Amino acid sequence: MLLIMLAASVLLFAVFDTDQFRRKVAVAELGGFGVATLSEQDYQHWLSRNGFEQPFWTRYGQWLARLSHGELGESLEKDVPVATLLQESIAHTAILGFFVFLFMIPLALLLGLLAGVNEGSLLDRGISLLSVLTTSTPQIATAVLLTVVLALGLNWVPAKSAMLEGWSFRELILPLLTLLIYEVGYLARMTRAATLEVMAAPYVRTAVLKGLPWSRVVSRHVLRNALIVPVTLICQELNGLLSQIVVVEVFFQYAGFGRMLFDAASFGDIQVLQAATLVAVLVAVLSQFLSDAAYVALNPRVQF
Amino acid sequence: MLARALVQPGRWATLLVLLVWLPLIAYVMFRSALGGAASDVLLPAVPAVVALYALGLARCRGSWVASVGLTLVCFWFVIAVAVPFLPLTDPDKPIAALALPGTTKHGVHFILGSDARGRDMLSRTLWGCQRVLVWGITATAAAYAVGVVLGLLGGYLGGWCDDVVSFIGNLLLSFPVMVLFILILNLLGQSGFNIVIAVTSSSAPMIMRIVRGLTLEAKNRDYIHAAQTRGEHPLWVMGVELLPNVRGPLIVDACLRLGYTTVAITTLTFLGLGLQPPDPDWGLMIKEGATAALLWKYSYLITIPALAVSSLILGFNMIADGMRELSGRS
Repeated sequence: MLLIMLAASVLLFAVFDTDQFRRKVAVAELGGFGVATLSEQDYQHWLSRNGFEQPFWTRYGQWLARLSHGELGESLEKDVPVATLLQESIAHTAILGFFVFLFMIPLALLLGLLAGVNEGSLLDRGISLLSVLTTSTPQIATAVLLTVVLALGLNWVPAKSAMLEGWSFRELILPLLTLLIYEVGYLARMTRAATLEVMAAPYVRTAVLKGLPWSRVVSRHVLRNALIVPVTLICQELNGLLSQIVVVEVFFQYAGFGRMLFDAASFGDIQVLQAATLVAVLVAVLSQFLSDAAYVALNPRVQF
Repeated sequence: MLARALVQPGRWATLLVLLVWLPLIAYVMFRSALGGAASDVLLPAVPAVVALYALGLARCRGSWVASVGLTLVCFWFVIAVAVPFLPLTDPDKPIAALALPGTTKHGVHFILGSDARGRDMLSRTLWGCQRVLVWGITATAAAYAVGVVLGLLGGYLGGWCDDVVSFIGNLLLSFPVMVLFILILNLLGQSGFNIVIAVTSSSAPMIMRIVRGLTLEAKNRDYIHAAQTRGEHPLWVMGVELLPNVRGPLIVDACLRLGYTTVAITTLTFLGLGLQPPDPDWGLMIKEGATAALLWKYSYLITIPALAVSSLILGFNMIADGMRELSGRS
């Protein structure tokens, strides 16, 4: 895991070390109208002044050292330390993410289990169809349809979530629903598949044949084992959610981490982009680690 | 020999897919260079799509889910290859009288109304599927080419080869997909070709994992040992003995991945990172509409492309679901 993180940081550093990104930084620092107007002489001068002629690995080491002190630099665009910017936006996204997980986990597990235990029933058909539909709709389409129906048609919630007049839960509803609709469908589908697998296991048949009441078979024999895969998936979803959050936050103009990352990328705010990507990779690696750990913890048959 | 080759539907399907894909990509990429004769390129693709649909329906017999999915996908393919021959207004040409603020109307002048610049929504929606389909297929195919080769190498050869391949895969997978897309497209610039690169770098590691797993499983089968004992070259064993025998789960995964790629392309275009205007495209339509359509009476500007893209992705997912169901039954 550490190795991956280290390799990712080298990769990121190398990406931002390319000529193209350097020129953007140079333009922002020297003041100018764009990369095209930057004269070659100014650029070379700027390069040497900022110590760019040192070898790659030296500069990488310095960068790592600065990172470990928490020095992330200043935003080129907004004149604020990146750390402050990062803190604020991560807090916003964490709120959104918290609510997604809060509603997603019980809802999806319940639906998936219900469908899996009653395979082939009308309930199962309904839940399966619904989850296929919701997972087939990309987030932008869901966002569009929800906005049109709930905000423009029924006028229940505001269409954008920029939260210009302070924090409001009403503005959080649309991004939250957009994320939930996809996530619940996906997780319910996976839970159903895991439950089906357990239901076909010999020990479940034994339990039924032994004369145990159905509720007891489900609660004692099926539930425990059917939940292993979904729980690891929930941990992994932290990674998937991050991708979707970018889209949803940009669409609804929610001032979170994803939108900050996207804006930084499109405006060429390299310092912010670099820090944000690093955080994103860290979250992704952590989520993978968490998922592996959960799998081992829940499934004693697996040893590493 | 010939008779046996003729009754093997798999080969025909490959040929037909090429017959659809090549004209489409030629048309999308070189339309201006081809000039007036451009739409003739698409002529052979029309019967090819119909033939593919017939072949597919025969394969999907017994699963209504797959049949419905196939119908949805083939509908959009027929539209993609036949749209130059349909009696539609030019999707890029605005009608000035309709472009004035407030005159954008649903159902007036055009069947589905006009967009904020006075262009025909119906025409734009139908034309919009072309680029999504072309780049979606190209990107998925590229991801598969890379993923399958690396997965086979890693799984079959093992050793340091496996370590290197797996490490690169894990490294790429440790980036959230959208972050990877944003980085790559900002670094390389925005074009269809760079979307292919971005999708490949995010999808190929996942495909590689699947192929590697399947290879490890199949590696110890008797027919592989037989081929090795015969002294066949490792490349031959991998390509001719192994790969065709693990293709089942891969085809299902490919359908799912076509869906993901379609989502990715539309999303990227919506974010302004993918395909560029003025050619019609669903993601672009949502992007343009989302700024104009914050009123209920203009909402069709965004709902129509949103529904169109959802139906295409639903189609891909239903095919995958149906095929999984079919392969589980037999």
